[in-house]
Amino acid sequence: MGNILEISNVNQTFGGLHALSDINLQIEEGIIHAIIGPNGAGKSTLLNCCIGRLKPDTGSVMFNGHDMIGMQPHDINHAGMVRVFQTPEIFPELSLLENTIIPALAKRDGTFKFNPFATLSKEKDISDQAMSALADVGLDRFADQHAGSISRGDKRRLELAMGLIQEPALLLLDEPTAGMARHDTNRTIDLLKKIKERGMTKIIIEHDMHVVFSLADRISVLAQGRIIATGTPDEIKNNPKVKEAYLGEEAEDES
Amino acid sequence: MMKGLFKSNMAIMIVFTAVVLTAPIWLAPIGASYPDLLQKFAIFGVFAIGFNILFGLTGYLSFGHAAFLGIGSYTAVWSFKLLSMNVLPAIIFAVIVAGVFSLIIGFISLRRSGIYFSILTLAFAQMSYSLAYSVLTPITNGETGLQLTLKDPRVIDGMVGIPVTDSLPSTNFFGIAMSGYEGFYFCAVFLIIAFYVSLKIFRSPYGMKLRAIKSNQTRMKYTGFNTRPYLLSAFVISGMFAGLAGSLMAVTDPLAGAERMQWTASGEVVLMTILGGMGTLIGPLLGVGIIKYFENIFSALNDAALHEIYNFLPLGLENVMVAVSSPFVGDGWHLTLGALFMIVVIFLPGGIMEGFSKLSRVFGKSGHEATEDVVSESSSKTEGEK
Ligand SMILES: Nc1ncnc2c1ncn2[C@@H]1O[C@H](COP(=O)(O)OP(=O)(O)OP(=O)(O)O)[C@@H](O)[C@H]1O
Ligand SMILES: [Mg+2]
Repeated sequence: MGNILEISNVNQTFGGLHALSDINLQIEEGIIHAIIGPNGAGKSTLLNCCIGRLKPDTGSVMFNGHDMIGMQPHDINHAGMVRVFQTPEIFPELSLLENTIIPALAKRDGTFKFNPFATLSKEKDISDQAMSALADVGLDRFADQHAGSISRGDKRRLELAMGLIQEPALLLLDEPTAGMARHDTNRTIDLLKKIKERGMTKIIIEHDMHVVFSLADRISVLAQGRIIATGTPDEIKNNPKVKEAYLGEEAEDES
Repeated sequence: MMKGLFKSNMAIMIVFTAVVLTAPIWLAPIGASYPDLLQKFAIFGVFAIGFNILFGLTGYLSFGHAAFLGIGSYTAVWSFKLLSMNVLPAIIFAVIVAGVFSLIIGFISLRRSGIYFSILTLAFAQMSYSLAYSVLTPITNGETGLQLTLKDPRVIDGMVGIPVTDSLPSTNFFGIAMSGYEGFYFCAVFLIIAFYVSLKIFRSPYGMKLRAIKSNQTRMKYTGFNTRPYLLSAFVISGMFAGLAGSLMAVTDPLAGAERMQWTASGEVVLMTILGGMGTLIGPLLGVGIIKYFENIFSALNDAALHEIYNFLPLGLENVMVAVSSPFVGDGWHLTLGALFMIVVIFLPGGIMEGFSKLSRVFGKSGHEATEDVVSESSSKTEGEK
């Protein structure tokens, strides 16, 4: 299969800090591609450049053959690239069910639809869809609770459900299991494996190597704003540069 | 059972309509059943309901909505002067003109959010206010205010052959004079319509998206929504409601002055909405009722009246009490309002409606659930609790 996403020559600086240097990365359609790397390596920044939160200094981000740079976030979403954030971005004042209805409505209504006289409670198909998305991540029991009141791990799963309900061509997951209990992590892994069968491509940023190695088809390693290696899980495991990058970080932590 | 009842729009509307139409009866015991005050309730009710669609649902706090109120009034009076004393064209034009102005002001102000948005709307309203007193005097008649005169052309009235009289004609709805209880019932019909529109919006996917914008606008953008047109449409709807309220003011009293656009007037509708409970369906109406009722009582009190109230006390104490109370009454009513507002914001940031839902939780009776259901129509969580 071809590449769904091609990132070429992306540079991003913050003041003097070179957060991303000459990033070139191809994501093959239909696979799970993990991006790993030490804290502050620029992983989240790279995703920000893809979904329109940041406009990189140089480079292009071609998604399905179209350059996403300079496009509005909502247009990128409708193009089929959806992001789940590192710090959960949910609607704390709305119920879990409403949280999942909103992205379902986005998918159906487009970027703007003025329908003040439609009745929400009559949209049974939408709420059924939202309910089953919640069930997929195991949160259907809490459907009526305020999203602000659930645990951090549950918020992550909620946001995952919000991303999945849109059935994007490419889902970007920024540390989807951070803060989750082991058993919820395993659940999430199972869920992501299951969805892989539906043919959704995923980029997953993760620190938890158990998650990375049980899911990823390919792995890229980012360190200090550069991609230092890309390959299959086995190749990455045995790559000396990667070991060095991680060991280097540990050495820094100790100092 | 009650809960199910209030899930249906029909049931809510029947109860609401009955309550509004019988207001002259049930407000009689507290001395609030005369037409002037009832009209005020209804008109400010329309204003606050519209304001709540913007502020309550999206969280965008406009400090300039009185400008649209004023624009509505001026437009209506001009319609009385140029076209007809019939209130229908006056109202229609007022709503359209207020809509156009809110489209422009909203378009510019919504480039910013939070406090900057509030300041932009405030600046626009104050600009309108100053303009009304300066360059726009040919349209607004400056400090005197825009009034009817005997020389007004009233083209449509002339064409349909309504005789010109020696005295100023009164506003009418196809012949029914808009004064007294007729005036109230006319405004009440608009209040009921306004409430219905707001109920529909609250329960529509559109309304839910507005609430989601209030909750997390960033998330909305990355979820695929262009939030700007959502905010702008809510702004225009609330501006049109304000224009409608302004025209109703002119309907019951055909006169328009710039003070209607002053920031204090914009602030008042903010107070009403917060006091009653922003983002709830009936909260803003409660806020209107309470503020307008107490304004009516307190601003009418003077020292003589205070002496009468306290005359059961020994003379020395009576004088002390009068001295303490007098800054809060008459022109000092705003002081009372300020104090009341502070108490509510500190102890009940969700307004009176939050108080009700707290009470109903305490008593936990099924009968109370109905109220709570309407209360929490929008999330009963408020800004203040964040
Ligand atoms: N908006 C910004 N402005 C300034 N500096 C930023 C900004 N965003 C990120 N940075 C900096 O860029 C570097 C890369 O940050 P980034 O969040 O991409 O790292 P990360 O690889 O996601 O790390 P982590 O694993 O901790 O999430 C960090 O040094 C960070 O402080
Ligand atoms: Mg990160």
